[in-house]
Amino acid sequence: MTRLIEGRVWKLGDDVNTDLIIPGKYKLNITNLDELSKHAMEGVDPNFADKFRSGDLIVAGKNFGCGSSREQAPLVLKHIGVSTIIARSFARIFYRNAINLGLPVVECKNVDKISDQDLLRVDLEAGVIKNLTKEDTYRIKSFPTELWQILYEGGLVEYVKKYGRLPW
Amino acid sequence: MGKTISEKILSRASGEDAYAGDIIVAEVYAAMAHDGTALLAIEAFEEMRGEKLWNPSRVFLVLDHVAPSATEAFSKVHKRMRDFALEQRANFYEVGSGICHQLMVESGYVQPGRIVVGADSHTCTYGALGAFATGIGSTEMAAVFMSGKLWFKVPETMRVIWQGSLPYMVTPKDVILKTVGTVKADGATYQAIEFRGSTVDEMSVDGRLTLCNMAVEMGAKTGIIEPDRSTVEYLDSHGLKPEKPIVGDHDAQYAQTVTFNASELQPQVAYPHQVENAKPVSSVEGLEVDQVFLGSCTNGRIEDLRVAAEILKGRKVEKGVRMIVIPASRRVYLQALKERLIEAFVESDSTVCNPGCGPCVGAHQGILAPGEVCVSTSNRNFRGRMGSMEAEIYLVSPATAAATAINGEITDPRRLRIR
Repeated sequence: MTRLIEGRVWKLGDDVNTDLIIPGKYKLNITNLDELSKHAMEGVDPNFADKFRSGDLIVAGKNFGCGSSREQAPLVLKHIGVSTIIARSFARIFYRNAINLGLPVVECKNVDKISDQDLLRVDLEAGVIKNLTKEDTYRIKSFPTELWQILYEGGLVEYVKKYGRLPW
Repeated sequence: MGKTISEKILSRASGEDAYAGDIIVAEVYAAMAHDGTALLAIEAFEEMRGEKLWNPSRVFLVLDHVAPSATEAFSKVHKRMRDFALEQRANFYEVGSGICHQLMVESGYVQPGRIVVGADSHTCTYGALGAFATGIGSTEMAAVFMSGKLWFKVPETMRVIWQGSLPYMVTPKDVILKTVGTVKADGATYQAIEFRGSTVDEMSVDGRLTLCNMAVEMGAKTGIIEPDRSTVEYLDSHGLKPEKPIVGDHDAQYAQTVTFNASELQPQVAYPHQVENAKPVSSVEGLEVDQVFLGSCTNGRIEDLRVAAEILKGRKVEKGVRMIVIPASRRVYLQALKERLIEAFVESDSTVCNPGCGPCVGAHQGILAPGEVCVSTSNRNFRGRMGSMEAEIYLVSPATAAATAINGEITDPRRLRIR
């Protein structure tokens, strides 16, 4: 995983739940990830997966990923190329799932200052977001060190493959 | 400094003197995954070169989300789980056994003071028996399969206190809908919610399971109720002898406390498309409905079926309305047969399906068409959850669901006088 991420913003609202990210009707009937990912964020915008450019970022309000524990939610977002999700807050299971899949999720109080299609540069290690469009800088809420290494290695599976043991 | 019940349970399981905010590694007592989450867990387990489950007798694999399977693709998922469970000698629940959470509660593995994890957000249900139970993802479940251990951030605790007796036709579901409507969808993020007060003391374990089930709808890590005589009696009725229960200290620290008066509570309904949109049923009476669903891990237990059957007995479901009834487990189903509740449902023209999750996840047994309105006793009314993105889901109690099925429009159950 790269520590410096640059991409355009896809701005979403509050309480984006797991049924909006990937509804159960697809999750339970499509096991092919390419096929399943075509429906990513369909509940927010039916053409989201088509329009989304790999490497871009999602910026959202509070309680992102609330609802189900389905890991397919962060999985399809990672699969369509979401590089980072920045939100005011995350639901806890989604947050853990994303880290375990190596998808960076960062909390930031200033999401309201970020607009759709802004160009951002996120430095995860320094804990800073630079808004290149608005020439502004925001701080990221500090990241629990216990989780950093899982994320850095690209997720829990990659961590275990590399070190031959669980991180705990 | 005193500790909450959650801090005590996590301290014991980790061997550390743990308080809210600490990150600890704890041993879990039992782990569960179902047909919506187990496949990813099995794949991650194998990718991480897992060979044997840490303790096969503590691992539970359940076919409930689309059971019996509705598609060939899903039949392959079931087959993979069946093969894995057999090879690993894990506990396996075949199609028709019931909903994972009800089966876990009935299994005897959920007991006061134990830590149970499940690859499902509603695992928090088990806190009704004084266990610390929480939902996790599939990759984490694979790690638990390998080691029996997981890291936890010890949660702060929110106290939700309900005092007083519940009025006629007002049920535990109304209690929890009102609670979610007040605390809101992220009001308890990462916290444990401890339900307390005389209303909870008087409530049966079935009702307490309904409360804890929906703790996650407020963002909570778990819902939990200190074990008492009702807990012990419930376990006893399932042939189980509980270990010495763990309870919280009087001087424990709480992050926040919310207090409610049960005697003033009216039947509640959560409007589409957020659970936090709770209002009195009276505010939406008369809205025509297409489907009513009685069941789920929230409200598919025997007491739920009793309340609904009492209302439906001798009456007919309104023409043009589909009433779907699904017992939460085979044990509940058999009890309902003995009490002739199933007979009352069938005679009222309801459709009774096999134990399982039913239409709650929108994969089978009652998928909604565009423009349809569904009244459901389940726990989520998110847009698109039960089928079409253009359908609407209203969450209610079993009593409101039954009254609504008879009238074909949303109905306050207090208006239907019972013989």
